[in-house]
Amino acid sequence: MALAEDSGKGRVRASLPPWIKTTILTIGSIAMTMLGLLFVTFIIGRVMPIDPVLAIVGERASQSTYDAVFLELGLDKPLIVQFGYYIWDVLHLDFGTSLLNARPVSEDIARVFPATLELATLGIIIGIVIGVPLGVVAAARKGSWIDQVARVLALVGYSMPIFWLGLMGLLIFYGILGWVGGPGRVGIFYVDVVPSVTGLILVDAALDGNWDVFKNAFSHIILPASLLGYFSLAYISRMTRSFMLEQLSAEYITTARVKGMSEWDVIWKHAFKNTRVQLITVIALSYANLLEGSVLTEIIFSWPGIGSYITTALLSADMNAVLGGTVVVGLIFILLNILSDLLYRVFDPRAK
Amino acid sequence: MADMTLRQWLLTDTPTSRRHAKLSALYQGWLAFRSNTMAMIGLGILLLLVFIAAAAPLLAPHDPFVQNLGNRLAPLGSEGHLLGTDSLGRDILSRLIYGARITLYIVALVALIAPVVGLLVGTVSGYVGGWVDIVLMRITDIFLAFPRLVLALAFVAALGAGIENAVIAISLTAWPPYARIARAETLTIRSSDYIAAIKLQGAGGLRIITKHIWPLCISSLIVRVTLDMAGIILAAAGLGFLGLGAQPPSPEWGAMISEGRRFILDHWWVATMPGLAIFTVSLAFNLLGDGLRDVLDPKAGE
Repeated sequence: MALAEDSGKGRVRASLPPWIKTTILTIGSIAMTMLGLLFVTFIIGRVMPIDPVLAIVGERASQSTYDAVFLELGLDKPLIVQFGYYIWDVLHLDFGTSLLNARPVSEDIARVFPATLELATLGIIIGIVIGVPLGVVAAARKGSWIDQVARVLALVGYSMPIFWLGLMGLLIFYGILGWVGGPGRVGIFYVDVVPSVTGLILVDAALDGNWDVFKNAFSHIILPASLLGYFSLAYISRMTRSFMLEQLSAEYITTARVKGMSEWDVIWKHAFKNTRVQLITVIALSYANLLEGSVLTEIIFSWPGIGSYITTALLSADMNAVLGGTVVVGLIFILLNILSDLLYRVFDPRAK
Repeated sequence: MADMTLRQWLLTDTPTSRRHAKLSALYQGWLAFRSNTMAMIGLGILLLLVFIAAAAPLLAPHDPFVQNLGNRLAPLGSEGHLLGTDSLGRDILSRLIYGARITLYIVALVALIAPVVGLLVGTVSGYVGGWVDIVLMRITDIFLAFPRLVLALAFVAALGAGIENAVIAISLTAWPPYARIARAETLTIRSSDYIAAIKLQGAGGLRIITKHIWPLCISSLIVRVTLDMAGIILAAAGLGFLGLGAQPPSPEWGAMISEGRRFILDHWWVATMPGLAIFTVSLAFNLLGDGLRDVLDPKAGE
């Protein structure tokens, strides 16, 4: 990242194409934002009431052991130097060791992350498949009952505590109806049955050809994924609707209608086509929100993802794990944000 | 003039004083707002909530903290316990009523802190411009790019669990959008003629910002705050649910759900009732916010 910045600076002065300047500015702002994130987590780690040395050596360690670890952690250095060390460590994906199980935090995160990824991905797919058509139809039939339904769905979605809706879902679909699997990723008899290749159980089971496991895993993931899907569809359908309304009021739509084009073609081939760029950014944003928003959902469904990991670590004051998890979620969140911005620039000719 | 009704006086086209004009504008806004049924329902729910919170000791049938282990997990509609009792035999209705105070307390604090911080940062950034603007907006962008709940979690972890720390954590993650809005408003206002006129009269930057820019930023901030209230309530409840907000035995709604979670399959009402309360209140804020937006900021609608 630093290299790209350095090598680019000379070229800007030579006033080469503007896209190079934009690229440098973008990379610079990515670097700034990430540095900001690291600074905040670093500060959080420093103001914490937990003594990082005591947490490692324990309360009965002698003063000399304490001092040795104190020096080893670099705590005698000025804060700015410590911050430098911290950045260095993070760049090497070293978040320290977990105080609970003495394993490197990065290993733990790599182990739990696929669970979150699987959940959020299925969630966003549900959100797109239902949310986009709902938004398009709501815009095309503005004021109709479908528009009203979409409006209410979105309003309820914005007002509902996700963890409570999850509990109600468990109560109704698992407790009373028995339609879906309960908490966890798979039933207890299916744990570790298929070899973990990708860490995504649905994919692993399919690769292994073990459809029993696939079915079981699906029955466990469908409820939390639908829950996340609902919250993203609330947002996606509203945004789709307003993008579509904007397009449908444009003059080229009137022209197309005057030419006698069928309403279906007007809506899907003309208006919808022009909302795709904006939609991509909206979807990338809600995907980022899902990765983050799955914290509470994971707790409700005992889903062993990164949200559960951070919360469990939090409750047992395992700060390396908390900060490591926060940094990883934060970095992914920032990257998706930037990606949505880039996609917008790449696909929208006007933005060039 | 003498036989003019109050209504006519308020709706006049020829206001006689500045205050008259102000009241007239306010009244016309109210008339527009009143015709929005959903917004009125939202307002009604919130007024009711304020009343319930204020009169909690009079309304609550029981002490929200008194345990009665002989009568734990009583179902809905049991004698003397309309909404049943929780795992320690405490009356759920009474706890919900007292919980309204905590919810309002959190919302009020965040709604005071975050917009004020945003207003300060945004107006200074927009008015002063130059390096100050660049630095402040960079910081705003950085905070805006953070995942809010996870960051709030980390803050609470550092500060320790509790209502006040939850408020600080939520405020820390909530101010950037206000700064953006305030800056945008400031940029348009700054270049207007009347600001130039005030400058010629010798007004300094501080006076211009506080007396002439802030009042004009307020209405768009109010709309945004009202729309954000639901999110604030949900975030606070989420922190409470995770055990990082209000601590037991405090009857905070999110914490009550967390407590009832263990019995969800056999005693569903313990977790259900506080969830309905959270939903109702944040729905009310959303309805009110939509209505206010239509009145104060019609362009931002559809």
